[in-house]
Amino acid sequence: MTEPQSVAPQPAPLLQVTDLRKTYGATVAVDGVSFALPPGGALGLVGESGSGKTTTARMLVGLERPDSGSIKVLGTPLAPVVHGRAARLARAKAVQIVFQDPYLSLDARIGVGATIDGVLRLHGLSDRVARAARVRELLGQVGLGEREAEALPRKLSGGQRQRAAIARALAVEPAVLVLDEAVSALDVSVQAQVLNLLADIRREAGIGLVFVSHDLAVVRYVCDEALVLHRGRPVEHRPMAELLDAPAHPYTRLLLASVPHPGWDPDDIARRRRELSRPG
Amino acid sequence: MISQYLLEIDALTVELPGAARPVLDAVGLQVAAGEVVGLVGESGSGKSVTARSALGLFPPGARTTGRVLVEGADLVGADAARLREVRTATAAMIFQDPRAGINPVRRICDFLTEPLRLTHGWSRRQAQAWALELLAAVGLPDPPRHLRQFPHELSGGMLQRVMIAGALAGEPKLLLCDEPTTALDVSTQAEILALLGRLQRERGLGLLLITHDIELAAASCDRVYVMYAGRIVESARADELFGTPRHPYTIGLLGSSPPLTGPLDRLQPVPGAPMGLNESAPGCAFAARCAFAEPGRCDRAAPELLPLPEAPGRSAACFRASELLLTTEVHP
Amino acid sequence: MSSSTTTSPPSPSQPSPSQPTLQRRPGAAWLRRGFLAHGWLFRICLVLLLLFVLVALLAPWLAPQDPTIGDFANTMAGPSADHWLGTDQGGHDTFSALLEGARTSLLGPLGVVVFSSVCGMAVGLFSGWRGGRVDAVIGRVLDVLFAFPSLLLAILAVALFGKGLSAPVLAMAVAYLPYTARLVRSLTAQQKNRPYVAAYLVQGHAPVYVAVCRLLPNIAPTVLAQSTVNFGYALLDLAALSFLGLGVQPPTPDWGAMINQGQGAVLAGQPLSAVLPALAVVLVVVAFNVVGEQLGDHLAGRES
Repeated sequence: MTEPQSVAPQPAPLLQVTDLRKTYGATVAVDGVSFALPPGGALGLVGESGSGKTTTARMLVGLERPDSGSIKVLGTPLAPVVHGRAARLARAKAVQIVFQDPYLSLDARIGVGATIDGVLRLHGLSDRVARAARVRELLGQVGLGEREAEALPRKLSGGQRQRAAIARALAVEPAVLVLDEAVSALDVSVQAQVLNLLADIRREAGIGLVFVSHDLAVVRYVCDEALVLHRGRPVEHRPMAELLDAPAHPYTRLLLASVPHPGWDPDDIARRRRELSRPG
Repeated sequence: MISQYLLEIDALTVELPGAARPVLDAVGLQVAAGEVVGLVGESGSGKSVTARSALGLFPPGARTTGRVLVEGADLVGADAARLREVRTATAAMIFQDPRAGINPVRRICDFLTEPLRLTHGWSRRQAQAWALELLAAVGLPDPPRHLRQFPHELSGGMLQRVMIAGALAGEPKLLLCDEPTTALDVSTQAEILALLGRLQRERGLGLLLITHDIELAAASCDRVYVMYAGRIVESARADELFGTPRHPYTIGLLGSSPPLTGPLDRLQPVPGAPMGLNESAPGCAFAARCAFAEPGRCDRAAPELLPLPEAPGRSAACFRASELLLTTEVHP
Repeated sequence: MSSSTTTSPPSPSQPSPSQPTLQRRPGAAWLRRGFLAHGWLFRICLVLLLLFVLVALLAPWLAPQDPTIGDFANTMAGPSADHWLGTDQGGHDTFSALLEGARTSLLGPLGVVVFSSVCGMAVGLFSGWRGGRVDAVIGRVLDVLFAFPSLLLAILAVALFGKGLSAPVLAMAVAYLPYTARLVRSLTAQQKNRPYVAAYLVQGHAPVYVAVCRLLPNIAPTVLAQSTVNFGYALLDLAALSFLGLGVQPPTPDWGAMINQGQGAVLAGQPLSAVLPALAVVLVVVAFNVVGEQLGDHLAGRES
């Protein structure tokens, strides 16, 4: 196996992940994942089911506790367990997440505007008028208007819900935003809108993105570099263009070849996949 | 009446009470023996309803008109015996989520042999021998062992192979695949499609592949139909569709997926969202999202799916399809 | 009748605990839409329940006579101008007793349901949210509670604390607690894995706040449906207890006690004073069951 190549560390990385490890009983979900994200950078975590990409994402936001390893945001290590309101809010300001399923990731009982309003109130914006203005601004940023702000999530389309979820995450003003397969449940035409939105947010907000996806084409569109995970272990970590032009690891090559394209030969991919899964 | 097609759907309209527009609106498509046909669309386009109609499965409470001919016999209003015959002997379906389609507490053996024993009256020994043969045909490494296993002991990809084996049990001539790889990993997707392609070639099956992924359809089908809001908006040979799409929606779909190679320009997504069942439009259903829509024309009447005079074998449901040929260029 | 009342309450799985989450805010509009969406049986039962509640509330003003005072000149009488539905063997007016009896007969189950639902929600929410070992221990304790027939527990309470309404109601509430607790536990465990809950936690909300103020309202309507079904069964159990003479004591009117006291009248050929309260019990129990189950089905269906 090729040693994962690491990108030269920036002087003050926004997010520094070192040697994350997580096991469930005898199963190793994530092992030896390290990366650094420069300010305004975007990293793709690429892999298939069982690659550990979602577990890594959940560890970044504190929904799973790593067995070992550290996560530093702007040089400050994130505590594995937080106690007290101040610590919780500080943790929230460090990393936010957008989940895959737009249908289950919003509280069905609460309107989109009210949800964001609640986040702002929690994070200390006590003035009602200022809060309402900020809600409008955030929803505007993701392309939602007054009508959507009033609506309960079930009245919105999948794309609108995902925009709302992005606005909700941005309301915390996090240093890093994790997107866990955030566009893969959307219709193709809507997915493109959300991808453009993410590209805009990255440019305007200067926020760091960790983009978790199985889709290399989508990762290429949003990210500068990618970390390919296979069965919980990193196999390749390189700038996007290099990775696509000359993939070093057979698993990366397999993933690339698996994307349907004209002249596609699924038989060849199937053969390569069998070779890769053979032990040894 | 003998039809040259295995499956011929003609002006199939399905209306649900309470919906603002028909679920299917005059859908027509054909699948011949030995042909792989793609049916592409987003959520609510009616692609799954179309596929299910080929088994005589219509939404409950729906008003259905038109014809669905499977080997020349109409399934609209057909009696139970005729439907049973089609479902057991002529057509079979594979669904998106293999885990949802199999009883988790029964062994693979039961899943594969029970229909044979119940509908064809085979003996246990006979059915098991056939099941072993089927599992070998779908490329599972150790058929005797898999036969004894439970669904949870198999990965998603392997289970989808079992589902394919189950679909092949009655030796159908027509295989309907409803998003067969959407729930699977990308590299598994290729494996399943390789398998489907091989089976289709070996057995001369007619294959209808329903997918939301236009790239996948273009890469693995002979002909492709594109559906939008219950209508077929374009049909063409796969390579033609990919090279020179003629309907603005097809153009939009192709422009929506970021490319893996070549220059990385900003995506030109189709604005808005696919039309739901509670929405309707007086004219072209796509007009509201269309960059090429002509006010006063496209929003007045719905264009019919018509053959393009300058491109034999292709059809598009767009007033401006002939003009668009000259002005668009997607994917070099 | 009495043998059937000892069979235990509803199966805990009735409002489909694997499915239900709620997408709408409960409220007047929701009720109206729900009301119209259901069949005639549901509407009739709901009207019937409202009628019974109204009668219970207004009983002192509606009752033509005081049912606690016996008219000894007219015992075991048939219907007459003085006593519309006749009298029992103590000369109590059956019609008035029926109306006043609605009070105690509905108040008892209300106590049972309110107490068991509130405590059941607390236990279930805690157990489902914590998960792991705590959850397993609470689950076993609830299983043990399940094993006690509610009526037996109530009789035990009467033996310890004496007859009356409060002891059996308390005992019954404890016996009914596992039904709500189990339902809430499974719903909580299911909802907890939803990304919206994770999102609240990631935003920095306190876990207790998320569980109580955000998750609980999402499962409350389903719990309400279960409680409605429970109400009917609790009424049946309490009536059985009164019938045995362990519940509400005469002369306070109660349907179960009325059936007991009407036995003599039945033998004397004037069955109204026993049959009518029995009919009232059956009607209310059936109505609560129909309404509760339809609510549950409605909520479960809405999920898909």
